Amino acid sequence: MSPLEDRDRAIVNALQGGFPITDEPFAEAGRELGMDGAEVIERIARMMEDGILNRFGPIYNAEKLGGAVTLAAIAVPEADFEAVAETVNAFPEVAHNYARDHDFNMWFVVSTDDAGRIAGVIAEIERATGLEVHEMPKIEEFHVGLRFEA
Amino acid sequence: MALSEDRRRLVAALGRGLPLTRRPYRDLGRDIGIAEEAVIAALGEMLDDGLLKRLGIVVHHHQLGYRANAMVVWDIPDDAVAEVGRRFSEFDFVTLCYRRQRRPPEWPYNLFCMVHGRQRTRVLAQVEELAAACGLADAPHQVLFSSRRFKQRGAIYGDPG
Repeated sequence: MSPLEDRDRAIVNALQGGFPITDEPFAEAGRELGMDGAEVIERIARMMEDGILNRFGPIYNAEKLGGAVTLAAIAVPEADFEAVAETVNAFPEVAHNYARDHDFNMWFVVSTDDAGRIAGVIAEIERATGLEVHEMPKIEEFHVGLRFEA
Repeated sequence: MALSEDRRRLVAALGRGLPLTRRPYRDLGRDIGIAEEAVIAALGEMLDDGLLKRLGIVVHHHQLGYRANAMVVWDIPDDAVAEVGRRFSEFDFVTLCYRRQRRPPEWPYNLFCMVHGRQRTRVLAQVEELAAACGLADAPHQVLFSSRRFKQRGAIYGDPG
């Protein structure tokens, strides 16, 4: 973990959402933080280079764009775990994939820009791995202000 | 929902990231032939109608020291789950909360929430706090920590896990 200066922390804590939509948004954001716009830009660019920030941009509602996101789990035999992970991760629709401590030990998110393709991708993953994929579609989302304090 | 051609181009261009420039909306629009004022107006509308959930920094939470990533799953009666989900989402340490389809018999759980923290002990204490505050100490639940992360792409859509 790279050391963050206090002024970097202030930027990360203030700008996970709520970025101004005005003609000079970095300058406006900086006013709240006691920095000029150029410093805000320079610090964000450096934190992106350092890998602290994933990106600076939007989080879209996939469903409202016509796409879909779902969560799925597989119970993978321990000895096959690496090979199955490689097979699953090779699908471009697999957005992230975590090993978790449960019989269902592989958990991944499938995201497509066409809602109709989710079922097909799940079926392809079952064919490619020879394992049952347990899809757990979302029924309701409860709004949270997803935010990580730096 | 059908997006206009302009809206579609804006969604795609912004998905590559907002330019880190003094006037990012002007520069974003220049590449796709949309005026700065129109970009600003469209983004405001997209936020209002929820198509754009957030705009700003997306962190690599792992790099910030959030190594304890718990998916906490609960079996809550169907007639109570919406109310419990709403209560969970009021806790600052709950970073995502969804009602999902059960997959019985192996998987009876219908409410999923994520708790990200720097230490497992702290996360477990937060889960206890959540259960106690919502009267769910006896509700069947499990805490699934992630032991490894295999893939986290810079997804254009959806939430970071």
